Amino acid sequence: MQSLLTATRSNQLSLGKRAFSSSVSRWQAVPQQKPVLMKEFKIYRWNPDQPEKKPELESFKIDLNQTGPMVLDALIKIKNEVDPTLTFRRSCREGICGSCAMNIDGQNTLACLCRIDREGSKDTKIYPLPHMYVVKDLVPDMTLFYKQYKSIQPWLQNDNPPSGTEHLQSPEDRKKLDGMYECILCACCSTSCPSYWWNQDEYLCPATLMQAYRWLADSRDTNGAERREKLQNEMSLYRCHTIFNCSRTCPKGLNPAQAIAQLKLELATE
Amino acid sequence: MMSTRALGLGHSLRKAAFGPSAVRNQLMLRNIVGKRSVQIQSMPASAQDQILNKQRIHRPSSPHFTIYQPQLTWLGSIANRVTGVGLSVLLYGFSIAYLVAPTTFSSANVVETIAGLPEGVKYAGKAILAAPFAFHSLNGLRHLGWDMVKFTSVKGAYMTGYVVLGATAISTVALTFLK
Repeated sequence: MQSLLTATRSNQLSLGKRAFSSSVSRWQAVPQQKPVLMKEFKIYRWNPDQPEKKPELESFKIDLNQTGPMVLDALIKIKNEVDPTLTFRRSCREGICGSCAMNIDGQNTLACLCRIDREGSKDTKIYPLPHMYVVKDLVPDMTLFYKQYKSIQPWLQNDNPPSGTEHLQSPEDRKKLDGMYECILCACCSTSCPSYWWNQDEYLCPATLMQAYRWLADSRDTNGAERREKLQNEMSLYRCHTIFNCSRTCPKGLNPAQAIAQLKLELATE
Repeated sequence: MMSTRALGLGHSLRKAAFGPSAVRNQLMLRNIVGKRSVQIQSMPASAQDQILNKQRIHRPSSPHFTIYQPQLTWLGSIANRVTGVGLSVLLYGFSIAYLVAPTTFSSANVVETIAGLPEGVKYAGKAILAAPFAFHSLNGLRHLGWDMVKFTSVKGAYMTGYVVLGATAISTVALTFLK
């Protein structure tokens, strides 16, 4: 009753002020219904609880006009409304955490940065990152990738840091790190690399190699000799055959292939 | 309509009429059923390694080149590899064959055999030899450029890729009709 009273009162008030917005026809208006735009998503499924069942593509149809613009929105909608067992990683939904890296329509990218193709007649296929062990559905096992990253000692090493002052760097030296320090380690580039597909156990992938060069290129780091020594072998670096899948697929627009080319040149001419 | 609005029912009535109620009901039903059937098992923390290892044995490897989008980058790289292997096999194969049977594979004999072939077969054979040779040589120049950190942007890689393909087509035609 209370709410009824306040509602009528506010209606009367607004009638006086803005007759148009509270006219009878306005009250009877229903929000405009968007047309239904169905789109099929085919998503890779594998369940560790039923390991004997082979991985398969499961089809989901959702209305794009009731979904956000990105592929991650579609995945979340499917998980919320259709199948709560669908499993994928996601966190920031703005391309800075790198969790939702997956293969969408044949290209590795972040689901949160990938717009849904609004062509309803064409389906969108979603796979986990290529040639990785699958934990469940779209979740790959990243253990090896992180181990490889750890192996290049991705931190600043300097025996003689300035005491009591900032560790300064000239603007030119700082500029050398641009395009490398922005990497979010989503592994899109590494898992797009055929060399990494075939030599995962020994070849340090594009992402790791770009970070290796990021620390070699840092003017404040004095451990360059040891860092180079570690890469001077047949497998770690030189399995890169300059294919360029890495740079082509990077969702952050970075260029691992160029960093690796520079690394190779430096190692070959030292 | 006015009364529903005043009571704040308009929204829910509309939702009931237009919303995907069937889906919602199904979901609610599943939740109820699901909650009842869950059984909790108690196990020590040390058991997690066992579960993990058991899972790891069965983990499938996700699909790779069969699902990856065909792109000039990696298809060009495969073509470079295949043409390289093909040309090497031809070179080493012919050399070894010459060592084994010097008379059959002598220059004079080979020239004579090929001269006797019909015109169409000759041109087809020349094109089949010229195309991989042209592509592999020109793509090799592209790789030398990359090794000097030239054309190492995605744009540069694609531009040089198309140049190599175009130049390969022209040289193949030129080599095929070379008298």
